[in-house]
Amino acid sequence: MDHIGVTVNGRQRPMVGVSAHTSALDWLRGIGLTGCKEGCAEGECGACAVLLATPRDDGGTDWTAVNACLVPAVALDGQEVVTAEGLGTPEQPHEVQERLAEAGGSQCGYCTPGFACSMAGEFYRLGRRAGEADAADAADTVDGRTDAHHGPNGFDLHALAGNLCRCTGYRPIRDAAFALSDPESGDPLAERRDRPAPGAVATRLGDDGERFVRPASLDEALELLRDEPDAVLAAGTTDWGVDVNLRGRRAPLTIAIERLPELRTFEVGDASIELGAALSLSEVQHRLDGRIPLLDELFPLFASPLIRNRATIGGNLGTASPIGDTSPALLALEARVVLVSADGEREVDLADFFTGYRTTARRPDELIRSVRVPLPLAGLASFHKISKRRFDDISSVAVAFAIDLDDGVVASARIGLGGVAATPIRARATEAALAGRTWDRETVRDAASVLATEGTPMSDHRASAEYRSLMLGTALLKLHRSTPLEGVPA
Amino acid sequence: MTDLASRPRDPVVGTATPHESAVQHATGAAVYTDDLAPSTAHVLTAWPVQSAHTHAVVTLDVAPALEVPGVVRVLTADDVPGVNDAGVKHDEPLFPSEAMYHGHALAWVLAETADAARAGAEAVQVAYEPLPSLVTIQDAIDADSFQGIPRTIRRGDPEDALATAPHVFQGVSVVGGQEHFYLETHAALARIDSEGQVFIESSTQHPSETQEIVAHVLGLPSNRVTVECLRMGGGFGGKEMQPHGLAAVAALGATLTGRPVRLRLNRTQDLTMTGKRHPFHATWTAGFDDDGRIIALATTLTADGGWSLDLSEPVMGRALCHVDNAYWIPHFVAQGRIAKTNKTSQTAFRGFGGPQGMFVIEDILGRVAPLLGLDAATLRERNLYVPDQTTPYGQPVRHAERLRAIWDDLRTSSDFDARRARIAAFNAEHEDVKRGLAITPVKFGISFTLTAYNQAGALVHVYKDGSVLVNHGGTEMGQGLHTKMLQVAATALGVRLESVRLAPTRTDKVPNTSATAASSGADLNGGAVKHACEQIRERLAAVAGRMLEVDARDVRFGDGRVSGLGASGPSFTFAEVVQAAYHQRVQLWASGFYRTAGLHWDTERMQGEPFKYFAYGAAATEVEVDGFTGASRMLRVDILHDVGDSLSPLIDLGQVEGAFVQGAGWLTLEELRWDETDGPGRGRLLTQSASTYKLPSFSEMPEEFNVRLLEDAAEDGVVYGSKAVGEPPLMLAFSVREAIREAVAAFGPVGCSIDLGAPSTAEATYRAILAAQAAAEADGAAESGAEPAVGSSAASTDAATRTDAAASVGAAVRSRFLSSES
Repeated sequence: MDHIGVTVNGRQRPMVGVSAHTSALDWLRGIGLTGCKEGCAEGECGACAVLLATPRDDGGTDWTAVNACLVPAVALDGQEVVTAEGLGTPEQPHEVQERLAEAGGSQCGYCTPGFACSMAGEFYRLGRRAGEADAADAADTVDGRTDAHHGPNGFDLHALAGNLCRCTGYRPIRDAAFALSDPESGDPLAERRDRPAPGAVATRLGDDGERFVRPASLDEALELLRDEPDAVLAAGTTDWGVDVNLRGRRAPLTIAIERLPELRTFEVGDASIELGAALSLSEVQHRLDGRIPLLDELFPLFASPLIRNRATIGGNLGTASPIGDTSPALLALEARVVLVSADGEREVDLADFFTGYRTTARRPDELIRSVRVPLPLAGLASFHKISKRRFDDISSVAVAFAIDLDDGVVASARIGLGGVAATPIRARATEAALAGRTWDRETVRDAASVLATEGTPMSDHRASAEYRSLMLGTALLKLHRSTPLEGVPA
Repeated sequence: MTDLASRPRDPVVGTATPHESAVQHATGAAVYTDDLAPSTAHVLTAWPVQSAHTHAVVTLDVAPALEVPGVVRVLTADDVPGVNDAGVKHDEPLFPSEAMYHGHALAWVLAETADAARAGAEAVQVAYEPLPSLVTIQDAIDADSFQGIPRTIRRGDPEDALATAPHVFQGVSVVGGQEHFYLETHAALARIDSEGQVFIESSTQHPSETQEIVAHVLGLPSNRVTVECLRMGGGFGGKEMQPHGLAAVAALGATLTGRPVRLRLNRTQDLTMTGKRHPFHATWTAGFDDDGRIIALATTLTADGGWSLDLSEPVMGRALCHVDNAYWIPHFVAQGRIAKTNKTSQTAFRGFGGPQGMFVIEDILGRVAPLLGLDAATLRERNLYVPDQTTPYGQPVRHAERLRAIWDDLRTSSDFDARRARIAAFNAEHEDVKRGLAITPVKFGISFTLTAYNQAGALVHVYKDGSVLVNHGGTEMGQGLHTKMLQVAATALGVRLESVRLAPTRTDKVPNTSATAASSGADLNGGAVKHACEQIRERLAAVAGRMLEVDARDVRFGDGRVSGLGASGPSFTFAEVVQAAYHQRVQLWASGFYRTAGLHWDTERMQGEPFKYFAYGAAATEVEVDGFTGASRMLRVDILHDVGDSLSPLIDLGQVEGAFVQGAGWLTLEELRWDETDGPGRGRLLTQSASTYKLPSFSEMPEEFNVRLLEDAAEDGVVYGSKAVGEPPLMLAFSVREAIREAVAAFGPVGCSIDLGAPSTAEATYRAILAAQAAAEADGAAESGAEPAVGSSAASTDAATRTDAAASVGAAVRSRFLSSES
């Protein structure tokens, strides 16, 4: 374990005295970098945000903001991290820090280092440029309001959606973000982007009690998994970290798989698009580049960028949350899950993958290698998320529509639902109620009343069962209203 | 203008200055209490054993915990050398024998690491003998479970006035609590220093009280205990009373082990163990004349105080004093009582009962305006205080004309009337999405209602090199108090801001301080700092007068230079004068003291002048509501707020904006949910994490946010003419909820009263929309000229189902003589 080390703020730091379950946050604080704060320990508040050097598909490096509370320290073996202290000092603050300070962007200051890191991640985003504001946001507002999410410098405010501030009300933080210039020439973090990110380092830590292993290859991972089927698979660790921090989970063996190349494939074929299970949601979004509009609608609503930068698409399916967010969308897309074990591969329809509350068809010796989305896509796709807060929240109800219309008639309808049963489900009865009927107000009204009865919603702290059912009912009405089709009587 | 309020030429106060620690914040260099722990040698971590029952007699077996590797000691009631109590009312045993709420800390484990401490806490065996529990306000009302002394404010003859008023309405208004969710959870670090002194770093708004509680738990005199507060990562009232017991646990642990002890609650512990804003329940009867003027109001407020009294009595006192908000109510009776329930002990939270009191009148006006045939803005405007009127508790409403001036200015500057017309047109065109625009006023009384708290001390040192060190009794929680105090000191001494430093708050520097609370931090400590600085300046003026060969009265201090009257004469630097003064054996430091003059308050009769002055403001908010989901968002917010002559405009602007968004969170988003079932989890807080308790994020920021501070607003009798700012703007957020109500009303028929749950979450709003739509359908089905009350009662009944059983009692709005209106 003495060979485990991380480059923090440009300096090699050996990692000593950590266990498999020590978070990067605790380790950083332990070595004196107390600018990294714990606000919630579950990836909601962003007070622990740091920058991680991650590989870009063109061979360069991105500075990616992540929640240090959800990253196992040992998973950083061989990696490069920058904290608020590494961005700048009181004597020589980084531009994001200077702008934050002078704009009144800090009051109590506790969330501020995390904001500085998230902001720096966007500051260094390649492709950020003035006038970048896209039309998607503008369409979302009424009266042709201009895009409220992009600054004149191209800064995308969504980058800060995973950081909570209880003091300022956010306006001065926005102003600070929108006042940022471009990185100056010679800026070491900007220059670092041109060189490759550190590669994955095979890592072993711990003894019989709590072990962490990053296997060197897929074969090694599958062998380990075959020999120790109780092992916990860890990819983006955004769920793993919550379990460890809040529920005290201490698995005897954690196997890190998110850097295995076989799990990081991305292929666009004629019959399907294959998404490697270990691609983060941000990577999936970036690489798809709008190819699957339904997922494009979903991404900004999925947790926060700090989470999406780590959470993997395979992990999101593997945890089998009844809500899931990607699950309803992938159900509507009729996606298939590719499972791999030492014995070979098999493919399972996602609708058959979820077998019960947080259980799946994955055998203990298998891992999810990829997700396949069949082509062509349905013509009409929409994702509806009902949550208390618009961003950075878990759905009460999620509804994904993929509907094919042929001359104003519903040729096929596939609807995925989250939050209304023990697993994400297909709304089969509603799909049947739509199929073959004219896409008009009457059909939609009939089908909406069927949709309102799908699933078995429960009441909890997020929403009542009644509201959940009501929201199922209105989702289709809202979809129909927002997609008036020419020549179809509305 | 008094000396206290008048400003010299070119003062440092009034300049827009960033927070004194802003760059330290942004670079991670600012140190908070628990940041000290990693570099503290041999430090132990404390972890609570929390009750798994809501109400039960408990018996502990701590022996298994001591078997856990790394566990050093388990603290229980037997270890307390002094008084086993963490409060000031002697109703908060620090180590209880009876668990009073789910999550109640029963014992504390000290261990070498947090992991070991957690494992040790899990190993402690707790035997429970369950007792019946009360979880909701209604449970407590039904069981007649109250605590503290009920209070009543009365004026005129409300019973008679209500019997004869042309229009009388009755209702129930219920508003939920709020979690402070300071980003920094509670933290303390205690050690015993070389001299045997107990030294505690604490994230506390009230260091002197933390010191007192620690002393009485340890059985020590106060002079053996020192508390320091470096800074807090947010307080909002949540660290006024709640830190004391936690600091005492750490101090007890340090005393017994001889090692430093750190205690930092994680978020779940903080949410499940510490108090929150009080949920309130109000029944009311309100009478109006034909012009919509309020004739009388009778209301009974019930606060959910939780398991112990804490600050519930003064919170209720302030609530009762703010039921009137900005409105003249000639006949008035408001009774307040505090329910005792098996929940966290609810405590101070920005506004301190004021928001809950004002909620009642704003909810009433919003609900009855359509029934009176008036738009809500007109109804509110018509009832604003005018000069020479007094509050129901007998305090003249000084500067009532300011209230009206703010109102008129905001209506104009926000283009209120034209936008309302545009919104009406928009709503007519859109079936599924509606907009609403509402304007609401704020009048908030400034001073502690406990008169003794309105005092403060300061200690100012001038060193031989001319640098200045300021200590005062206030604490910094992000509100910018230290920044303002630096500006006050620089102004009073005539030096540059950079030559003044502020030291962290310590009880061994300034004793017997009041909580930094009630928005009074700058008023009180500013008065004390100024007093100290002026003593020093006076002494320096004598020295400088001799150096300049002018009368001491003609010496001027400014910008770090000391000169005589007129620009042409010689001048010296401040440091040169200080040097000379030192050699002449002139005292270069001073203590300052301030007490707020003119306050008196009869707690028994609830009459007097408890407030030095009122802070005023108004907000106009436009929202858009999605008819499919009930989700709403703020399109535009305009605020005009009175901070007197601002001590620090950038700081004050931040306070106004931040308070507004926090208030909007309370009223529209943040929802505390407890398990109210009879199942095994009864009484457990269900929203006990950041993932389930949602506070405003970037997505809740208003799309357009125009905030102005009232100009030329000097307040006489307050430091440099300023006014308090911390709490009052929170209540500007009523405009958000009222705008949602307006938007929902657009889904219903004309004259439809909208009963809207609070918080007005998407779900609550959607229910109100359904009720409005149902009323519209009923209205369409019926003959024209249907009673408006039909719609309103439908809305009320529906909304009642989402709150609690209590809301259904008398929730239907009753209106007499309505036919004469329509």
